[in-house]
Amino acid sequence: MSSTVIPFGPQHPVLPEPLHIKLVMEDERIVEAIPAIGYVHRGLEKLTETKEFTQNTFVVERVCGICSVMHAMAYCQGMEELMNIAIPDRAKFLRVIWAELHRMHSHLLWLGLLADAFGFESLFMQAWRNREKVMDIMEETCGSRVVISANIIGGTRRDLSKEQMVKINQIVDEIKEDLEQLESVFLNNYTVKHRLVGRGVLTKEDAVEYCTVGPMARASGISMDLRTTGYSAYGQLDFEPIIHSDGDNYARTYVRLHEIYQSVDLVKQAIAKIPEGEHVIPVKGVPPKGDVISRVEQPRGEVLYFMRGNGTKTLDRLRLRTPTFANIPSLLKMLPGSELSDVGMLILTIDPCISCTER
Amino acid sequence: MGIISKSRKKSPWIMHYDCTSCNGCDIETLACLTPMYDAERLGIVNVGNPKHADILLVTGSANKRNSQVLKNIYNQMPDPKCVVAIGACACTGGIFRECYNVLGGIENVIPVDVYVPGCCAKPEAIIDGIVQAIGKLDEKAELMKNESK
Repeated sequence: MSSTVIPFGPQHPVLPEPLHIKLVMEDERIVEAIPAIGYVHRGLEKLTETKEFTQNTFVVERVCGICSVMHAMAYCQGMEELMNIAIPDRAKFLRVIWAELHRMHSHLLWLGLLADAFGFESLFMQAWRNREKVMDIMEETCGSRVVISANIIGGTRRDLSKEQMVKINQIVDEIKEDLEQLESVFLNNYTVKHRLVGRGVLTKEDAVEYCTVGPMARASGISMDLRTTGYSAYGQLDFEPIIHSDGDNYARTYVRLHEIYQSVDLVKQAIAKIPEGEHVIPVKGVPPKGDVISRVEQPRGEVLYFMRGNGTKTLDRLRLRTPTFANIPSLLKMLPGSELSDVGMLILTIDPCISCTER
Repeated sequence: MGIISKSRKKSPWIMHYDCTSCNGCDIETLACLTPMYDAERLGIVNVGNPKHADILLVTGSANKRNSQVLKNIYNQMPDPKCVVAIGACACTGGIFRECYNVLGGIENVIPVDVYVPGCCAKPEAIIDGIVQAIGKLDEKAELMKNESK
């Protein structure tokens, strides 16, 4: 039987970002998927070599708007290690609070896009309505909604007052209540389950072989969460990675949904345990010669930063590997054999961030 | 006012294309359509097909690979049409204007009618930009009508 090639993207209603995949089809089944990327490539790594190391914090935040806090966090942690700066304990907790709030907004955004992909418009609206509460916290505490620039080398740009923390505590409780209502629709509704259960299965062996990271790996039964390594203040907080063993779309939805509850819990723990004191210390000097690697758990998985200082204000090299880049091979493994109607869903369940991948 | 121009003014259909945005402006554009900001109260409907769209929202700057895609999408839209450049990157290239793969703002590739500044642009500003584009759409329609006479 002859095969047909169907182009998917770069402009597609399911995708907020341009990703192009050539699908080789036989009838309704995919036999091969060929990706073509490069639509979002800007040359950001090269740009960081021309800016000063303090300015780079704001450049790397623009790698990806959805996980900007974690990008800045990874960069700042790396630079602090390179320059031997011990940041105040309060700054570590503040970073955790903003990072977990960012994870909540990213996962709620993903849940909404997922609902939109299977045509459940009102569920999409409800998820995003819930997300606006997180955005309000961001705007109130940092002055901006998406790229909040909370982290700087040496600590955080702003502090949280007692009243603000009480308010954050209240709002995350509200988010949890609202999400409990949505949870039954995402996980128990007959139509939704029909689109999720058993679709796009990635076994544990495949996930290991294809170096899958983040919620994708956890949904395939791999207990891998960089937060358990205890960077920043995570070592002083109590949590377990959320794991599901099925490896299908349903498992990935389950993991991300329950990670929002986990983030709510982590924010509350951090607010309860936060010590008094300074939130930033002044940074003097320039990064010395040397290499450093910094890893952080993003909403989509592990991000790796490599920095090489040369004793001047600019860096010799900044290299980053983002989670979506690691997850695209698993997507190409999942696509062959599935139906054309599932392609949008499958691409979404890896939570693609193309601007991270291509930079 | 004829029925077509009236419906265009009361219910413009928008399409969104992400050039090299960092997602920040994208998610703010999507946030415009959700209950908090609810652009649909102005009759704005988001569509996925350029042939149905009146207003093109572009986020992010143009680069060597996507400028052809952007041109294709623009050419497929029926007249009268408007383009709204959302965010600092789409207006001028923003923080990425010095990057080797960036051609600058999208005005270098397609004509732009409304500029919405900000990094990231706020939903309020985006909605304001769309409303201004509706006005321009009306002017363009009048112009087309006079030309055809």
